[in-house]
Amino acid sequence: MARARSRTRRETVVETRNLSMRFGGVTANDDVNFRLEAGELRCLIGPNGAGKSTFFKCLTGQLKPTEGVVTIRGVDMTGADPHQVAQLGVGVKTQVPNVFDGLSVRENIWLAARRAHGAERAERLTAETLERVRLGDIRARAVGALAHGQRQWVELGMVMAAEPWLVLLDEPAAGMTDEETVFTAELIREINRTASLIVVEHDMNFIRAIAGRVTVFHRGAILMEGPMDEVSADPTVRDVYLGHKH
Amino acid sequence: MGAETGAGRLWPLGALAVAFMALAPQVLQLFTIINLTTAIALALLGLSLGLIWGYGGILCFGQTVFFGLGAYAYAVAAQNFGDTSTAVLVAIAVGAAFAALLGYFMFFGRVSDVYLGAITLTVTLVFFSLIRRTSGPEYKIGDALLGGFNGTSAPPLTLPWDSAAILFPNQLFYVAMSALTLSYFGCVWLTRSRFGRVCAAVRENETRAELLGYDARLYKLGLFTIGGGLAGLAGVLMANGVGRVTPDLFGLPYAAQAIIWVIVGGRGTLIGPILGAFGIFYLNSWLGSQQLVNLNVVLGLVLIVFVLLLPQGLAPTAMDLAARAMRGRGRARRRRRPRRALAAEPAE
Repeated sequence: MARARSRTRRETVVETRNLSMRFGGVTANDDVNFRLEAGELRCLIGPNGAGKSTFFKCLTGQLKPTEGVVTIRGVDMTGADPHQVAQLGVGVKTQVPNVFDGLSVRENIWLAARRAHGAERAERLTAETLERVRLGDIRARAVGALAHGQRQWVELGMVMAAEPWLVLLDEPAAGMTDEETVFTAELIREINRTASLIVVEHDMNFIRAIAGRVTVFHRGAILMEGPMDEVSADPTVRDVYLGHKH
Repeated sequence: MGAETGAGRLWPLGALAVAFMALAPQVLQLFTIINLTTAIALALLGLSLGLIWGYGGILCFGQTVFFGLGAYAYAVAAQNFGDTSTAVLVAIAVGAAFAALLGYFMFFGRVSDVYLGAITLTVTLVFFSLIRRTSGPEYKIGDALLGGFNGTSAPPLTLPWDSAAILFPNQLFYVAMSALTLSYFGCVWLTRSRFGRVCAAVRENETRAELLGYDARLYKLGLFTIGGGLAGLAGVLMANGVGRVTPDLFGLPYAAQAIIWVIVGGRGTLIGPILGAFGIFYLNSWLGSQQLVNLNVVLGLVLIVFVLLLPQGLAPTAMDLAARAMRGRGRARRRRRPRRALAAEPAE
């Protein structure tokens, strides 16, 4: 029976059931039921304060949900620490670039590769990743001295070097020029070949570029889910974004 | 980071240490050699702080607590067992174990940096006050009286296989210098290992390290424990250099000086804190013999000058200057070289 179902329905990699997150009197997430299938590239969109980032942090272990359950590949990860989530093989990129400023580009990537792999494999992965994110020429530079877009790529490179099967990205294209955004979208599609992805994003054009299904957040809950074209044509979603009634 | 770049350039430093160790007792007077042993003990204390602060980002204001505990553990164990080799191991173990205990509560309790400094300073001052009040005959561990304000005697090191063969000051100096040299190269190896690189990553960005799957708390605890063990060993050398252990080892002057050694010598290097400790130690004894100015005024001035003018500290500044001089010489040589010869040179 299990086999019959897997033919129609792919494996669930991330699931939340009745997830709520409250800060004092403020409800940031309210009863969110979310499911991500293996191989999917899902974008989370919604206006400011819709609860996307809070939801994201509940998945990565940076926040402990007030209520509800988070499971990753069937394992209950509710209230787990970020390093425990990462050790499952989950790659995370945060909204503000979190990099090792005082260390070189190469070492940043190496630290990501070395966590899960032996010394030789880590060296090879580091070299490969530096090429993939096109930072080979500045591998010896300190990351703190790089431009914003390059720092974002260093962080993406760190995510890729660990060879994750699930990747969570919070606004990967924030603050990038158009050209940089195009390359970032390319990288994300490349990651999607081997990993399932959840991407929190504001930029509608960027979401169109990486395609995939979209989940719309509004006032801490899921408003609707579907392909990008369908979602962007929906009158309720337009209301939410433009903030006025017909 | 200075020490991370010079991969193959360490052997001259090792050769220098060995040469100094071999020659100093031949050239210097006995009094100077005994003094040097004390200076080496303080340098090792500086190294232990340089390791955890410079490479782990752990600002421990009370590194002296492990130093003092190591010294007392050595004195008490040596008085009880008579065998000083066991006492040395006990001292290192006590320093490391107390660091592990204190570190467990601080790191797993997610104490922030500023509070960590305040807590460690308080702990060392608590020990200072506590040990000072142990002057009665009832305060004894085994056969060893703690002795309150006056402290207790530290039996000198003996040969490991013959507890009757007490080491002479010259031999003590060899032991101290070997301990410092080996500890230094051990720390260099550690900071270049995977463990050391992850500690540096935690120092740079704890959130990112955790998102990569490293448990930052465990790495900090590991480094802090190693630092505690090294400080305990420094306590052993101090006890041997002075011949007594007193509550002063826990006191504010040493606790504050350790921070100053690291700032003056250069945070983020391992040789810096050692040089800083030696420098300040000899500045101290010189000023003590001059009776010209108050010691603390000078120390304060030194600190202000370094924070304002040389915030990187001595060792990194010297390395920068050396690197610049090398580049400058390279440029000068290229300019002098006739132009046609340039084409034959491989591109640099």
